[in-house]
Amino acid sequence: MKRTLFTLAAALGFVATAAQAQGTYPTRPITLVVPFTAGGTTDVVARFMADHMGRTLGQQLVVENVTGAGGTVGVTRVAKAEPDGYTILMGNLGTQAASVGLYPKLAYDPRTDFEPIMNSASTPMLVVAKKDLPVKDFKEFIAYLKANAAKMNYGSGGVGSTSHLTCLFLESLLGVKPQHVPFRGSGPALNALLGGQVDYVCDQTVAIVPTVQGKQANGLVVAVQNRLPVVPDVPTSAEQGLPQFQATGWNALFAPKGTPKDIVTKLNAAAKAALKDETTRKRLLDLGAELPDEAGQTPEALAQLVSSEIDKWVPIIKGAGVTGQQ
Amino acid sequence: MGDLISNLSLGFGVALSLQNLGLAFLGCLVGTLIGVLPGVGPIATIAMLLPITFGLDPTGALIMLAGIYYGAQYGGSTTAILVNIPGEATSVVTALDGHQMARQGRAGVALGIAAIGSFFAGTVATLVIAALGAPLTGLALVFGPAEYFSLMLMGLVFAVVLARGSILRAVAMILVGVLLSTVGTDLETGEERMTFGLPFLADGIDFAVLAMGIFGVAEIMRNLDHTEHRDVVHKAIGRLLPNKDDFKQSYKPVLRGTLIGATLGILPGNGAVLGPFAAYTVEKKLAKDPSRFGRGAIEGVAGPESANNAGAQTSFIPLLTLGIPPNAVMALMVGAMTIHGIIPGPQVMTKNPSLFWGMIASMWIGNLLLLIINLPLVGLWVRLLKVPYRLMFPAILMFCCIGIYSINSLPTDVMFIGFFGIVGYALIKFGFEPAPMLLGFVLGKLMEENLRRALLISRGDMMTFLDHPISAGLLAVALVILGLALLPTIRKGRDEVFVE
Repeated sequence: MKRTLFTLAAALGFVATAAQAQGTYPTRPITLVVPFTAGGTTDVVARFMADHMGRTLGQQLVVENVTGAGGTVGVTRVAKAEPDGYTILMGNLGTQAASVGLYPKLAYDPRTDFEPIMNSASTPMLVVAKKDLPVKDFKEFIAYLKANAAKMNYGSGGVGSTSHLTCLFLESLLGVKPQHVPFRGSGPALNALLGGQVDYVCDQTVAIVPTVQGKQANGLVVAVQNRLPVVPDVPTSAEQGLPQFQATGWNALFAPKGTPKDIVTKLNAAAKAALKDETTRKRLLDLGAELPDEAGQTPEALAQLVSSEIDKWVPIIKGAGVTGQQ
Repeated sequence: MGDLISNLSLGFGVALSLQNLGLAFLGCLVGTLIGVLPGVGPIATIAMLLPITFGLDPTGALIMLAGIYYGAQYGGSTTAILVNIPGEATSVVTALDGHQMARQGRAGVALGIAAIGSFFAGTVATLVIAALGAPLTGLALVFGPAEYFSLMLMGLVFAVVLARGSILRAVAMILVGVLLSTVGTDLETGEERMTFGLPFLADGIDFAVLAMGIFGVAEIMRNLDHTEHRDVVHKAIGRLLPNKDDFKQSYKPVLRGTLIGATLGILPGNGAVLGPFAAYTVEKKLAKDPSRFGRGAIEGVAGPESANNAGAQTSFIPLLTLGIPPNAVMALMVGAMTIHGIIPGPQVMTKNPSLFWGMIASMWIGNLLLLIINLPLVGLWVRLLKVPYRLMFPAILMFCCIGIYSINSLPTDVMFIGFFGIVGYALIKFGFEPAPMLLGFVLGKLMEENLRRALLISRGDMMTFLDHPISAGLLAVALVILGLALLPTIRKGRDEVFVE
């Protein structure tokens, strides 16, 4: 008798948990794959988001850094993961758009292999010149670059990195071909800029803002619509007569293709809540990031962003004949 | 000077608060314990423990992370000495004589002198950062690709000239190391080189994977094929701490190592890796009886360990004064700072003096705590060697696998240490020394990248290496050393650096 009761109770318990598993996702911690090393921009954004989203969802988001091949190793892992909402991705401009142009044998298609969740933070790109380059502003810089392209060097964080792509974009707009000098990551490239070994660097706000604020290098332009609060003195590309020069790195959440709609909605709501939270907001804005507005916080907006960014960057990459690594 | 004292007193005021002291202690302890795992160096340790600092205030969090950093660094040396597995480039040389000392029952002495040397070096380096941090920043900036190439070339020439016995074998091993370093995606073109289309080779071979295979797994295989050799270790445990004679032999190497390490640590792009190698070379060159090196010479532990720690410390200078991380560990610290809402850069010193000076003061406190934590632990570690080898080697192997997997979460890395283990075993059997290969591997990558960068900037003009005065100077030194080595008389007295 006792035994039957026990079995019955256990069975009931089982049914209850099964129902719960269906109704109240998440029931266990969620793995948030960051395809880059800990401490980089994407990782920092991911950790800020994970912190708040975990509290909203009632289950921790565990950040796992799966690095390699410009981030494509980690992204591939998520693309092939069980679409149950327990493995999600913080992808970026590099992995979800530029990779299409950079890697001929890419193991995933950013447009069809993922369920977009939400774009969480964009990091605008800046052009920064070494201090003793004889230019006062971006207009003079363009003239100088056009006149001296054969002599000029620019540093980047590596072939195919966002910093490289932005400079390539500028080149294609101006029709010039200065020398690219790749470094391993933004840090060494900035070091070379301050030491005067390279003439200019294009990079995202997080990496470059301190040197501009400290007046160790000359901040020329921000490649976005509005001036940035962290460097209010640096004009926008439109102000300087090159409005087409628009470039931002972005970091966005994705789930594997086939993740149930209600789970995606839940994750999107949690991500939205994180961007509404004062502390998380402030943390991201202090990085020099731009946050998407209400309309930009939907999965559809992210899908749109991915496809328009692929259309924008792939021709630039193909045009420059770049393959590669990040 | 007055400024310095008031700044430091501000710093100590912050660092000595009960909470920060506790965090420094916790960081050092956790760092040491995790760093002891083979393969888990400072980078992996900090990356793993980064999230636990989330709830802390920025100063406390950075103090704790810095503690984890020194702790892991120190723990790595412990592993190198006890089981001959250097977790990262800087502890390769510690393994050479440190592990020999352990085999002779002097593990306690080796660990003790490493702790004390590190503490001294850390103290000096902290003072250097506090007093000269800002002016020294200039040094990091003059070192461009041309200078860096010449420095690395000089490093390789050191290794060639001072390699023992068959110079041909040493050169061969260095070149194999350089070749291995070229596997992976080309930095400049993005093309894959020597990867055979295998995706896990696309980013090249990880240092930890190579070192753990060549040293760790190969060492286990060697031990297993003649067990009697191993008995020596657990029969005689010997003294636990260095005595007066040991100190007498060590204090000069510690001073020299500190100077060398502190200077190289300031350089960007991982200049600190040269520190321990250079210190070891110098000690061997200056020793009355260089043949003791590689057979458990205490100077061979004291010098490099001091250089290692001094360099670890002074590599904070570019980070703190410019906001530019000179190596991967510091890049992680930048990430940690940004996570805590502090954008590293020159403004930190003026905008946030209590954080800046608190962190500097905590460096010294962290070093003191490490000494306090590690000296009692020496007894424990040494007793570990008493564990029968048949129990110990599966444990080492298991920890190696866990450690290596935790770095990139790639199963192929684990298979790779097995592969390099077999290669390393074959090399030992044929009488090739693995240390020059690792040096070639570490320097080769930096050398190639900087050579190509320098040539890109100069549009292919080789004269760029002579036009830059520092680069020209370094090349001249390399040439002189090479020339001296070729003179027959001096050649006879050629020392033996990489002797196992």
